[in-house]
Amino acid sequence: MEASELQQIYDDAVFRALEARTLGELRVVESETLGKRSPLSALHQRLGSLAPDERRDAGRTLNETRARIEGIFARRLGELEVEERRRQLNDERLDLTEVLRGPERGHLHLVTQTRDALEDVFVGMGFGVAEGPEVETDWYNFEALNIPPAHPARSLWDTLYLKWGEPESTLLRTHTSPVQIRVMQSQGPPIYSVMPGRCYRQETSDARHLAVFHQIEGLVVDHGITFGHLAGTIEAFTNAYFGAKIHSRLRPSYYPFTEPSADFEVGCIFCDGAGCRVCSHTGWIELGGCGMVHPNVFGAVGIDAEEWTGFAFGFGIDRLAMIRHDFDDLRYLLTNDVRFLRQF
Amino acid sequence: MRVSLSWLRDFAPIEHDPADVATALDDLGLVVEAMERLGEDFAGVVVARVLETRPHPNADKLQLVEVDAGGDERVQVVCGAFNFGPGDLVPLAPVGARLPELEITRRQIRGEWSNGMLCSGAELHISDDHAGILVLPGDVEPGVPLAEALGVQADVVFDLDVSPNRPDALSVAGVARDVAAKLGVPFAVPDYEVPGAGGSTDALVKVRSRDLCPRFTAIVVADVEVRPSPGWLATRLTTAGMRPINNVVDVSNYVMLELGHPNHPYDLDRLAGGGLLVRRGRAGGETVVTLDDVSRSVGSDDCLICDAEGTPVGIGGILGGAASEIADTTARVLLETAYFDRMAIARTSKRLGLRTEASARFERGVDPEGIERAVARFCSLLAAEGATVAGALTDVRARRRATKPVRVRTARVNAVLGTALTTDEIKGYLDPIGFAARPVGRSALNVAIPTWRPDSDSEIDVIEEVARHHGYSRVDRSMPPVNRVGALTAYQRDRRRVRDVLAGAGVWEAWTTTFLAPDDLARAGLPADAVEVANPLVAEESVLRTSLLPGLLKAIVYNASHQNGGVHLFEIGHVFRAGAADAERPDEYELLAVALAGGDAAAAKRVWDVLADALRLEPLSVTGAELAGLHPTRTGRIEGLGAIGEVDPGVLAAYGVEERVGWFEVDLERLLAASRQPETYNPVSRFPSADIDLAFVVDHAVPAGAVEQTLRDAGGELLVELRLFDVFRGPQLGDGRRSLAYRLRLNALDRTLTDDEVAEARRRCIDAVESAHRAQLRA
Repeated sequence: MEASELQQIYDDAVFRALEARTLGELRVVESETLGKRSPLSALHQRLGSLAPDERRDAGRTLNETRARIEGIFARRLGELEVEERRRQLNDERLDLTEVLRGPERGHLHLVTQTRDALEDVFVGMGFGVAEGPEVETDWYNFEALNIPPAHPARSLWDTLYLKWGEPESTLLRTHTSPVQIRVMQSQGPPIYSVMPGRCYRQETSDARHLAVFHQIEGLVVDHGITFGHLAGTIEAFTNAYFGAKIHSRLRPSYYPFTEPSADFEVGCIFCDGAGCRVCSHTGWIELGGCGMVHPNVFGAVGIDAEEWTGFAFGFGIDRLAMIRHDFDDLRYLLTNDVRFLRQF
Repeated sequence: MRVSLSWLRDFAPIEHDPADVATALDDLGLVVEAMERLGEDFAGVVVARVLETRPHPNADKLQLVEVDAGGDERVQVVCGAFNFGPGDLVPLAPVGARLPELEITRRQIRGEWSNGMLCSGAELHISDDHAGILVLPGDVEPGVPLAEALGVQADVVFDLDVSPNRPDALSVAGVARDVAAKLGVPFAVPDYEVPGAGGSTDALVKVRSRDLCPRFTAIVVADVEVRPSPGWLATRLTTAGMRPINNVVDVSNYVMLELGHPNHPYDLDRLAGGGLLVRRGRAGGETVVTLDDVSRSVGSDDCLICDAEGTPVGIGGILGGAASEIADTTARVLLETAYFDRMAIARTSKRLGLRTEASARFERGVDPEGIERAVARFCSLLAAEGATVAGALTDVRARRRATKPVRVRTARVNAVLGTALTTDEIKGYLDPIGFAARPVGRSALNVAIPTWRPDSDSEIDVIEEVARHHGYSRVDRSMPPVNRVGALTAYQRDRRRVRDVLAGAGVWEAWTTTFLAPDDLARAGLPADAVEVANPLVAEESVLRTSLLPGLLKAIVYNASHQNGGVHLFEIGHVFRAGAADAERPDEYELLAVALAGGDAAAAKRVWDVLADALRLEPLSVTGAELAGLHPTRTGRIEGLGAIGEVDPGVLAAYGVEERVGWFEVDLERLLAASRQPETYNPVSRFPSADIDLAFVVDHAVPAGAVEQTLRDAGGELLVELRLFDVFRGPQLGDGRRSLAYRLRLNALDRTLTDDEVAEARRRCIDAVESAHRAQLRA
């Protein structure tokens, strides 16, 4: 076996390995150089015909050469794989800004989002959520709430009546308070509930009023409930919903179904109380009404007002959404213009 | 209610900063909606006497006016009003003066110099009158500041929002009583004297309806000279928002504003029979012409004030009549000061749609014991105008109802409020506002409710007074002892899930109005079982929706008209249907509807499938059906829940929708109550599955759902997944035939299926479908 023959095989292998431009070419070269029918393998087969001494030397030389060639191929393989990967990745190049938009996600209505957020705050405070019918009888909407027929306080609610039963016996609820009555009737104290829902007034809708609107009320009835608990609950809600630095205050007001009654205001979320357009430069935004449940209301549902006390509160979901998101016309909420809905 | 600080000071020495007074009013629940500072609006404006007027040489609608403004020289101004002449006193804003809206400079108007401006009431913010220059009454030296001439001292007006339970706060004195107590200053109503009540012309009064009018008084005032009111009185009325008319009417209004007691002056000499008769309206109805020249129809529930011959001259407690109103010639006034039943006034006022300053006070309840004081105040003010009281007060009243004092327990006060007040402290809050509190033992008070607080008659009412005067903000806040876990109901949680899934599926949530126009249902092809509103604001909102379809179609149309076609909307809302006529209320349901503009029935079905999957519903059959308002050949009924498909093209045309609308509407309560797949684990096989594809040619009349069901039955336990993946129609299949291609995945929990088992299952499926549906396997 000639050294020059081996050298020739080696040089050939190096040259052809470098010559190979693709992994496929390299594999062909590799097979032709190291495979069973390669000259190198032929040399191997010839080893058997050599004398034992010669065979040992020749075998070692042959194996060394084979190892060196394998090393060359391995290196070349590595180079070509890198190159191949680069080429492939380059071919797959994608401009992410040219991607066509797929179907747009849907949006939950702002009223829903606001209502859900409010429910979650109160659920977190240990309340349940109660619901009831939107068509009510006069008794649930007024009488049981300490507003007897022809009471002047009825002028506080412009009521839509239905052509159903006796005239003015059936109506679209003007507030969610009838649900309070239903909850007190059906489960009795202790009660910790909020009542969200759709309400109606006989008034022309404008930027700040809707004939069809949404409200959430709360009712707590338990042993030893005080006005201080009411104020504390309003404050806790205010902190949870608007943020820890926004506070609340109560001012005397009048509702037939609560006494003492109050309106509650929260610090303006836009100016932190400094005074701005949204809060009419008062630093406060009026949110809703509240008070201690009137003993006559307890009387209507058969709860002993000496044993139990309670408070109730309520405010507009739509108005809250308007304040929080700073839009100027409540009517957007029922128009369902996608240009409005998309923003939330 | 507009109350000025200076007027309040007639009753209490309030020397506080106006801002502090406003805070005190707010804290009492007499909410200050606006606070106006008067007198600052016309700094620099002076009284000027018009000396001469002449035409503007270059403008028809302007004139040149020379005035004496108290200085050495005449002042020329250009003016656009012509309602005054030489000798009149007018307000002049000289150069340099600041009006609410502008600062006055010397300038040329159409070539003539104007050295200031003559002002209208509106420009000075003292009236709404834009039409002419304010011509000032009386005799004032030119050059005197306008504020001084009008008797306007620097003053502050609080515009109060008075709640319906506070009739007392519809008077200056009532507001003063409350705020004086809050500010800790004394309060007193002066004792007005009825001057010279010595004559003998007592008023003739008969009251036939004492239930409607429990107290009626009248007094005759003679030697009346009707003329404009003195400046101070006119100013107070103007400040309070009332227009001065003449001294008699003005004094009447003044007494109402100050003491809260409406009253009515008649021209005694124009009252037939020289007296008054109070009676109910006639049962058959009769007509009264009120002061506003409107002829009003009244009945037997209404209280009428009539002349002595029975002819109505006014509606008691609401509005007087035109026939006997005070005229320039009036010399003798008969003053009515009465107390009407609150509920009766509320009824009449509501029925007539007539709300007046008087009715607002009477329906909330005036003080029946305040009548003498109001009469005395009226007489004393008119006496200052030269009138004399001609006789004694005629007082016709029903028996006075004795009022029992209210027992107020100190412990109860603190239990309701969460305070630790002593009995003495409670008394200290009550006494200054006229709730005379007498201790009963150490831990209770007997409280006499003042007659001016008809809203107050129980312990809790008194507790509210204590709370107001203690101060709501001084009550310690704490959390209630809630001892339970808050949670949504399963229904509420699932409903949120429905919303989230639909939004994720690209459907937008809408909230449409509950009201429909009368023809909306017919246009939508829906039955007319709707409930109507008895008193709708407009006809377009007079019917309650029975379906969410009309509202969502309108929303689609609205968006399409704003270049937003193809909107996908859903809504969850209540609908109402006339159920059993004797039911207490109509039937009410919560529905879910999906409307896919630009999408067809298939698109609606795909959304439904996602929703049904998300709710883990057990499979529900969808059966082709013709349903109201929906496309007759592309609609089905979802077993027990509602309808799915597409909106009828005729309905779309009626609403002006120019796209297809894929649609489903289901009863949400039933949807969420429908059976769900069990939540327990279903074992997953460790062994490989075998997929086979089968395509069948079947008639169009054969529902794919039926083929699917057959496959499921035939596949049995081994069939773990089944999916329709292709529907093909072509001439080679024959007329009225189509190909349905299914992929079946077969799998067993305990073994790898053998080729024979798979082949056998395949055969079973093919045989079943071919025999059940006249189907052919496609090669």
